[in-house]
Parts: sequence; C-alpha cells; structure tokens
Amino acid sequence: MKKITLSHGSGGRLMHELIKGLFIKNLDNPYLNKLGDSALIHAKNKDLAYTTDSFVISPIFFPGGDIGKLSVCGTVNDLCVSGANPRYLSCGMIVEEGFDYSDLERITLSIKQTCKKAGVYVVAGDFKVVEKGAADRIFINTSGIGELYDNARISSSRIRPGDKVIISGTIGDHGAAVLLAREELKFKSRISSDCACLNDLVSSIISSDVKFMRDPTRGGLATTLNEIAQEIGYNIGIDEKTLPVKESVMALCEILGLEPLYMANEGKVVLVVSSKSASRILSRIKKHDLGRGARIIGEIDREKGKKVYLKTKIGSSRILDMLIGEHLPRIC
Amino acid sequence: MKYIDEFRDNKIANNISRAIFDKARNLGPINLMEVCGTHTMSICKFGIRGMLPENINLISGPGCPVCVTPKSYLDKAIAISTLPDVVLTTFGDMMRVPGSRSSLEKEKSCGRSIKVVYSVLDAVEMAEKNSDKKIVFLGIGFETTSPTVAASLAYAKKKNLKNFFVYSGHKIIPPAMEILAKDPAVAIDGFLCPAHVSAIIGTGPYKIIAGKYRIPCVIAGFEPLDVLQGILMLIEQIGSNSSYVENQYKRVVKSSGNKKATALLDKVFSVEDSEWRGIGRLAKSGLRLSRDYSRFDALKAFSLPEVKTTPDKGCRCGSVLKGIKTPIECKLFSKKCTPQDPQGACMVSSEGACAAYHRYRR
Repeated sequence: MKKITLSHGSGGRLMHELIKGLFIKNLDNPYLNKLGDSALIHAKNKDLAYTTDSFVISPIFFPGGDIGKLSVCGTVNDLCVSGANPRYLSCGMIVEEGFDYSDLERITLSIKQTCKKAGVYVVAGDFKVVEKGAADRIFINTSGIGELYDNARISSSRIRPGDKVIISGTIGDHGAAVLLAREELKFKSRISSDCACLNDLVSSIISSDVKFMRDPTRGGLATTLNEIAQEIGYNIGIDEKTLPVKESVMALCEILGLEPLYMANEGKVVLVVSSKSASRILSRIKKHDLGRGARIIGEIDREKGKKVYLKTKIGSSRILDMLIGEHLPRIC
Repeated sequence: MKYIDEFRDNKIANNISRAIFDKARNLGPINLMEVCGTHTMSICKFGIRGMLPENINLISGPGCPVCVTPKSYLDKAIAISTLPDVVLTTFGDMMRVPGSRSSLEKEKSCGRSIKVVYSVLDAVEMAEKNSDKKIVFLGIGFETTSPTVAASLAYAKKKNLKNFFVYSGHKIIPPAMEILAKDPAVAIDGFLCPAHVSAIIGTGPYKIIAGKYRIPCVIAGFEPLDVLQGILMLIEQIGSNSSYVENQYKRVVKSSGNKKATALLDKVFSVEDSEWRGIGRLAKSGLRLSRDYSRFDALKAFSLPEVKTTPDKGCRCGSVLKGIKTPIECKLFSKKCTPQDPQGACMVSSEGACAAYHRYRR
C-alpha cells in the first residue's frame, strides 16, 4: 500500500509529483494550477496575492530565528516574490498539551517583532491544543494577503534566453543552521539561519525589469532553478564558482557530503532579469542589508530544454537535478 | 576554502587533462574501474568524464556499501525492527534500499522504531540512555566504516552494555576486486583504488591484483585533482606496459595502513564468506562478530521470524556493480527505477552508480 513518507514533504521531486498527481488533479482551478508562490486574485479593482504555509520545524528555536519568526517570514516572502506588498496575515497554532507557556509567549513575541519589522498585521487567528503525542510541540499555519505592486510584472512567461539569474546572497545558511541546532552532530559553529522578511528588499528593486522571483526554501536553489527551467522550457546554465556560500556552510557540507545547492534558505530570493538591466538591479540589491552578498550566477540558455547545467569549478559541466528524497526533514 | 580549493583548481585540472589526452592517444580503448562509490560521486559531481578522451572508459565498481548489501540483509533488518522494544539504528543511506517487500523508510512510516544516526557512537549513546530498549545498529560498510563499529563494540564490552547489538553486513574490498580481476567478462585495464579504505588497509592487499593479474592499481583521493592525477598515473602504467601499486593519496594513505584500526578489526570481527548483491557469495569477503563479541551479534541475540527473500526482476545491479553494463543499459534505468522509487540498491545510495548517472548524466 502506498504510504506518505517524509520524502513527500521534502520540497523535492516526490512532493512535486504529489502536488500535481493528487492536489492539482482534484482541486483543479486556474488560480491554483499556476503553482505560483501566491495565487493572484482580482477583487474590486485591486489585484491581490493570497498564500498559505505551515511550519513544523524542529527544533522550534534555532540560531537566527524560531518557528514564530519563520511563520511570518515564510508567508511574507511568498507574497513579495509574487510581486505583492504583504499586508494581512492569519495565524493558526496547533499546540501539544504540556507545552511551556513561556515558550508560547516567546514565539508570540517573535511573531510580533517580525510583523512590526515587515509592516504586516496578524488580523485573524486560531489556537488548538491536542493530546500529548498528537503533535510535536507546536505547529503553526499562516496565510497572507498582499496587494500587487502597480509596476510588478512577475511571470515566468516573460523569461527569455539570455536573461540573467541573480541570487540575493549566500546559499544554504538556514538548512545548515537547523541541522546543527538539532545537536545530533555535536559540531560547534556560528552558522545562523538567514530567516528574514524580504519585502523591504523586494520593494526597493521591483520594476518591470524583474521578470521572475522565487524564494529558494525547501529543496534549495537547485530545486528552484529546476522549477523555473521546467516552466519556461529553456535550459539554465549556472557557474559554480559564482555561487555565494559561506565558508562555514561549505565546510559542514563537505564533511557530511551535502551540497549547499540543496540546502534550504529562508531569507534569499532568486531573480530572473533582462540581461541589460542585470548589473543595475544587482547593484541595487547589494545596497540593501539583506542583499549584500548578491551575485549573478548564470543565465537562461538559448537551447530549448528543461534542465539546469552547472559549470563545475574544474571547468567541466554536469546536470543539476532537483532534490530527490529527503535531504533534511522539518526545516520549516 | 583551504584543503578544498587547491584540489579543485581549474588550471591544474586542465593541465592534467591535457597530459591524459596526450598519453592515452595511441593506447586504444581503456577500461578503468573506480572501485569506490565516493570516486563515482566525485567523477559525476565535477564532470570528470568531460575532461577525458573518448578512448578512456570509466567503470563504476562494487564499492558502494549500500549497493552491495543483499536484499536478504534488508529483509532480516526489517524483521528485527518488528521485535518488541527494539530500536533499529542505521545510516540514512539504508532507509530507501528496497528489500523483498518493503524498505526501512516505508516501515518507519508505518510506525516502526527506526532511527537514522550519523555515527555508530550515537547508537551506543542511545543504548546507554535507554536501558529498557534494545538498540540494534546496522553495520554496513567497508574497511572505512568497520573500525568505528569495532571501536563501539569494544566500548560496549568494556561498559558491559546489555542492550546494544550490531547486525554486521560489513564487507572487505580486496576479495571483490580479485573476483573482478579474474572475471573474463570484465576487462579491466586499471583499478582506481579506494582512498579511505586504503588509509586503513594500506597498499599491501592490492599487490596480488597488480602482480598476479597484471592490472595497474593506483590509490587516489576523492578530490577532482586527485582523481584526474590517479587516472593519469594509471594511463602511464598502461602506456609503459607495467603493473604495480601506486599511491597518489600520500597525504592520507600510508603504505602500512592504520595498524591500530586493523588490530581492532581483527579482535572484534572474524572473516567469513559473504553475499554481495548482484555478484554472489564471495569467499572470505565479509565480517561477522568474533566469538569474544558474539553476545552483541543481533542475529544471535534475537530469534527472527522466517524471512523470505524474492529474487530481483529485471534489475541489472549485478552487472552494473561488476562493470559489465552501464546503468543506461539497464531497461529499468530512469523508467521503472528512479531515486524516488528505486528497484535496485545502486539507485538508492548517492554513491550508487545508477543514482549518480541518474542525477548527473541523463
């Protein structure tokens, strides 16, 4: 009998198959079928973006953030990479009986601070408690509504060969920080999650020159690039030597045989921009605190296809596939 | 990053690549086998095939421990996980390897107590902290891994732990290489010998391959420049019609190996015949717990329900492991057999030849 395994939730190929084969097949409608980070809806002369995300991360507190901060950032980021200005959130919590009140308070304060910084409000909420063992400490769901920027034209259909791919900073920080926070490895390190709301950065660069954005969370940059390649029908070429990776993250990956390209990020955005606007947009991103490490990492090939090619450091080339199976469970 | 970047230098890589092109030009078709799965990974990850002339064919050997673990081992491991109070601990790679009817990942999703650990020492610690549970560790791996398992067993014995057990599926590399060297269906012109296995066993065990079977052997490290230089050294031996054991990975491998580790292995394990997936039963190629340590042997400590193992259908892992077929030549490859739904073990482990081909070469 077919069972749901952790791999179905990893953000990789199995999850994509589940989404298309079960959810899209049955819940089929033009808004959902676009598989964007948010659904784009039109209400009384206003273009809106609407999205939802659930957070089951373990551990709930980690260097650089906690489940509360993450639950705001995750939804805010899904809205802003869709070209929307995030406005209102809902927040539902499922808590296991016996959970410490002080932890709940700490998480709530973290939600408060993150919302304040991002300029959004939690305008609806829900709170449920389940028996011991029916949930692992605390799970949070947030949904969010944002107003589309007038000058935003985010659509993968606008991507053309020759367009440049930009990443807003170092990759793999969140995945590495959570892995270490679990204390199973007993490594000492100062790696901190990049968990952050991207709406301020995005609002500083939004223009019609930005053709596409996505936040490379679960499955990492490699999976996001593959999603883009599959949507546009052109291959993407990435140059390994341009990829920004912190030395500490690289060291951890080398020891464990992991690749930063598959590690989650929670405060980064991948952008596809026209070739002639690339350096201008890059320098604007770099002016923002969250974009100092931004780089142009590759471009859309002229060749039709749905693959991502990585030019390796030694000068050869290989296919960069989507994440297959579970890299690390419950990172968000 | 220090110790990484200098072994991935683009200019040096190009120079070695040019030297390989130059020296292999008139040698005709050459089959080189990289024995170890980490070499396979490195070759694929850095695109090393793209830097070699067409007459050099790299064959992936039987050196991925997960891949050569037979189905019957998994069936028994799953049976152990059904026993009361047992917590089965394993390296993550084993989770998705298909047994006859299920995998550890599927069993875990049905609620069996199966935990992924990063080190056997985590399993020992679990045993120390949970005296009401029986912690069973799946001992998989070659000479690189088995010394750590031996050390954990020596510790468990010293501490008189009554609830720590090992199900040993450990294997030894040189006997498998000798079988391949002898097999007329596998025409190997040179062996790229494993890096970290050699750090334990040294250069001695390969002498029979280079001497009796006249096949050049080069021990090489795992970084791309190591692999390229190792290939160049093999081509030079082939070009000069000689065969001996060379050590490219001198910064880690001593010719005498690691004597402390091998002494520990001798104490904790004894050598036995062992089943290799797809290759068959090989004489003196596996490790079981020695008499002094038999009380830690999971197979002896528990009485298992009868386990039936079904034969593989259509899966060519055996031929792939021997280097007779490339993964692409298997009918199931990337169709019925994918990393999401693997039919054979070579598609599961990231070091498996099929998984590496699927990920990097399609």
